[in-house]
Amino acid sequence: MTASVFFGCTFIAFGPAIALFLFTIARDPLRVIFLIAGAFFWLCSLLLSSLVWFITVQISNKESSSQQKGLLIFGVVLSVLLQETCRFGYYKLLKKANEGLLMLSAEETMPISIRQLAYVSGLGFGFMSGAFSMVNILADSVGPGTIGIHGDSQHYFLSSAFMTMAIILLHMFWGVVFFDSCEKQHWWSLAVVVISHLLVSCLTFQNPQYVGSLVPTYIIVFLVGLWAFFCSGGSLRNLKLCLTCKDKDFLLANHRPR
Amino acid sequence: TCVQCLGDGNTSLQKLATSIVFFFCLSDVSCNSVEQKIYVELNNTVPCVRLLNATHQIGCQSSISGDTGVIHVLESEEDLEWPLSKGPNPPYMVLLESSLFTRSIMMKMKNESNRVAGVAVVVPNTSPPEFSPHTTCPNENTGVYSDNYGPNLAHCNTTVWNPRGNGLSYEEFDFPVFSLKEDNETEFIKQCYLDHNRAVNGSAPQYPLCAMQLFSHMHAVTNTPTCMRRNDINFSINPEMVCDPLGDYNVWGSIRPYNDTVFGHKENESVVIAAARLDSRAFFWEVSTGAEGSVSGFVTLLAAAQALREVTHEAPPTRNILFAFFQGETFDYIGSSRMVYDMENGKFVIDLDNIHSVLEIGQVALHSGNNLFLHSDPVSRRNNTVNDVVKNLVNNLQSSTAGLGFLLVEPNVSQPLPPSSLQRFLRAQPIPGIVLADHESAFNNRYYESFYDNAANLNLTYPSDLSPEEQLEFVTHTAESLTDVATVVARALYKQAGGDESRVNTIKADPKIVTQMLYGFLVSSNNSWFQAVMAPELKNILKPSPPEYYVGVAMSSTPTRLVQYLLANLTGAATNLTQSQCQKPDELPNESRQMYSYLWVQGIVPPNSTERDSFCVRASVRLTKAVSPAFELGEYASKDYSTWTESRWKFIKARIFLVASRDLEMLTLGVGVAVLFTSLLVTYFISTKADVLFSSTREPASAAY
Repeated sequence: MTASVFFGCTFIAFGPAIALFLFTIARDPLRVIFLIAGAFFWLCSLLLSSLVWFITVQISNKESSSQQKGLLIFGVVLSVLLQETCRFGYYKLLKKANEGLLMLSAEETMPISIRQLAYVSGLGFGFMSGAFSMVNILADSVGPGTIGIHGDSQHYFLSSAFMTMAIILLHMFWGVVFFDSCEKQHWWSLAVVVISHLLVSCLTFQNPQYVGSLVPTYIIVFLVGLWAFFCSGGSLRNLKLCLTCKDKDFLLANHRPR
Repeated sequence: TCVQCLGDGNTSLQKLATSIVFFFCLSDVSCNSVEQKIYVELNNTVPCVRLLNATHQIGCQSSISGDTGVIHVLESEEDLEWPLSKGPNPPYMVLLESSLFTRSIMMKMKNESNRVAGVAVVVPNTSPPEFSPHTTCPNENTGVYSDNYGPNLAHCNTTVWNPRGNGLSYEEFDFPVFSLKEDNETEFIKQCYLDHNRAVNGSAPQYPLCAMQLFSHMHAVTNTPTCMRRNDINFSINPEMVCDPLGDYNVWGSIRPYNDTVFGHKENESVVIAAARLDSRAFFWEVSTGAEGSVSGFVTLLAAAQALREVTHEAPPTRNILFAFFQGETFDYIGSSRMVYDMENGKFVIDLDNIHSVLEIGQVALHSGNNLFLHSDPVSRRNNTVNDVVKNLVNNLQSSTAGLGFLLVEPNVSQPLPPSSLQRFLRAQPIPGIVLADHESAFNNRYYESFYDNAANLNLTYPSDLSPEEQLEFVTHTAESLTDVATVVARALYKQAGGDESRVNTIKADPKIVTQMLYGFLVSSNNSWFQAVMAPELKNILKPSPPEYYVGVAMSSTPTRLVQYLLANLTGAATNLTQSQCQKPDELPNESRQMYSYLWVQGIVPPNSTERDSFCVRASVRLTKAVSPAFELGEYASKDYSTWTESRWKFIKARIFLVASRDLEMLTLGVGVAVLFTSLLVTYFISTKADVLFSSTREPASAAY
């Protein structure tokens, strides 16, 4: 649909992710490394799930559309479970690595806390997931045409972009909640993360009713975001302090070192 | 597969789909990418390409990234107002029915070409009453008539040969013009137009609109000297060529063979030349059928050559007869000018002084009434010797029609020659010659040099219940009438060459051969007879459709090869050489490659076997290069010789899709920029206040965000 749609959709889908990367990750090389490692782990999960998908499609009956739809649902569920498994695997790896890093480094404190790792790894998952969701669509949006000649909805590009933004944010929030639950051994909140991921993925089966899939997804983004905020140490009081610009007094009063 | 789900699912589905769409493609399932949901490729389109000559460029050009326009199906000439002035969404891609493909409509669109992105013409299966995109006076500047030679006859002052010509083929358009067939794709386009582009109650149609994009970017510009100069620029290891000269090969054969290595004048050698042309053209690239324009002529000549074979073996005439088939005659006589040039410069087996007379077969299939006409050049006939020979030739022709149903008449006014290869011979030297044609003044052909000049133009109809093989053998009326013409031509040639008068009436052309040739050249070239006469390595040029008669630039056009092998089979002799001997005949005592050409042909399939009975044909049939002398001499701006070149291009394609309104696109961009700025601001805010925001359960003495 031309360059304006291309840039519009890119900014919508990757805007928050780029902003987060620029302001919080780009300055610290250690965070960049863990971001990329997180992206790689997501990629591994995708590789495994697509291998399984490929094999099952080859042995299935290609003509029967109900079988293919069933296979699609199975593929989605499997992919979500594999992603969460890889997230757990990455958590385990990071715990081990942190101990090793502590032994090697000269300082007494850990260079990067597990909460920061949670945030960075979630964002890494989000980046890679967003890239795979969106790049193919962006490449086709540059041309002069828009979707619709076979009767599909026109709003495909826009809704893909919004969905991708939601997914990137969600991956980041899920990362934070997941690592926090693993630290505190709250297995039920782990299950909630997995269920909410499954829920969001299955909501996309509503497409092309884009309202039906986007609105619930954004509600879930908001809820999970709130949960992640509280998990990572935020509270309503802090929020009020920041918004009313009383934070400097708060810090002075508490003598926290910067 | 679940087609809809794959295309419009997001997130996990999209990830799965994108990563395995590659595997799908490997496993031979249709690729369901986003691109397929946007674009519909049009496969059966033919573009109009750019041709250049010494001074001009003609044809069509698109911009390098294709021309996109909103589709508008034109209903009448008045409806042109919508794309040209009233329509609110320029530029438009105008879809024309063939009845609206006229000069006035195309010229109006050419003048308003900033609102017209391109034109698509729907070519129907039935022909309109008349249509000729060629000029009214074909090849007027490269014939023999000029201000020095018969000035009152030049530029069609006395006779307009092609009065129906609208000259569209020689106009320059700066938008692409494509042709579409009347099939499902075109129906889909019209349906898309009806669904999206119709204005309801005079108000503007709503977005999204149905649009078409045509790619036919031509590399060459201005004229031939410019593009040939650009061909020579050597910037890199792979120089980019921008144009190629038009040309192919002429086919010639003779009754008595000539030594192919001895060129120039031959003492005491007097030759009668029988000529016909091979090529034709149309407005669109390469689709040219030339049934009346060229096929009727050369099929008659081939049949005459076959009729003469037996009698010239038993009672050879005093003079030799040379059958010449010229390529590229449509484009300012490429083939014949090259042969005359070769004769003048001693590069051909005979010389212009060896020529006794010329008999050319023009358009002969559409006789209205029972007469065919013998055209001659009045200016050269003012010379008495020339006039005597011409009168003798006319007599020979007229006396050969005894017993057949028509007469040969000379036109009564002092008319110039119609456009014919004989004109190029006359340019060099006054040579006695006659052009045989079915028209007295203007052409009978209503579709001269157009894509409607096909089998239907010749009334070539077969009963509907015949299989293709039966159709091949069925003798049509057209074939019978062309057979009679071929008989006349053969007899006249024999008499003209000084043959034995008593044997003249035994010369008869074979209607079966004529009808098989007409079937092969006008209906389907992939038939059993053509398969039998062709070489094994060339059998892939035979297709279920008729061959294309456009001369082209690749030097490998199908009609040239077909005529070469047919002439060899019809005038030559079958030998019992083996295949390896056929390739190296000089090792045998009685065979000589210099005198004959040896062609290994497939032969027929005998009834009880599957292997073909291939054999070696020995014939005095040769190919000579038919590229304009202007390119040999490097005179790209020549006024004497043809300077036609065809531009090169990278790819040609067409596709349709929906376009969204500019407002929606700008809105998307605006929303994107807003989202980006908002997220930058929010993130900045959060990251600067991070240690306050996330302070509740912070571990002591850990680093801040």
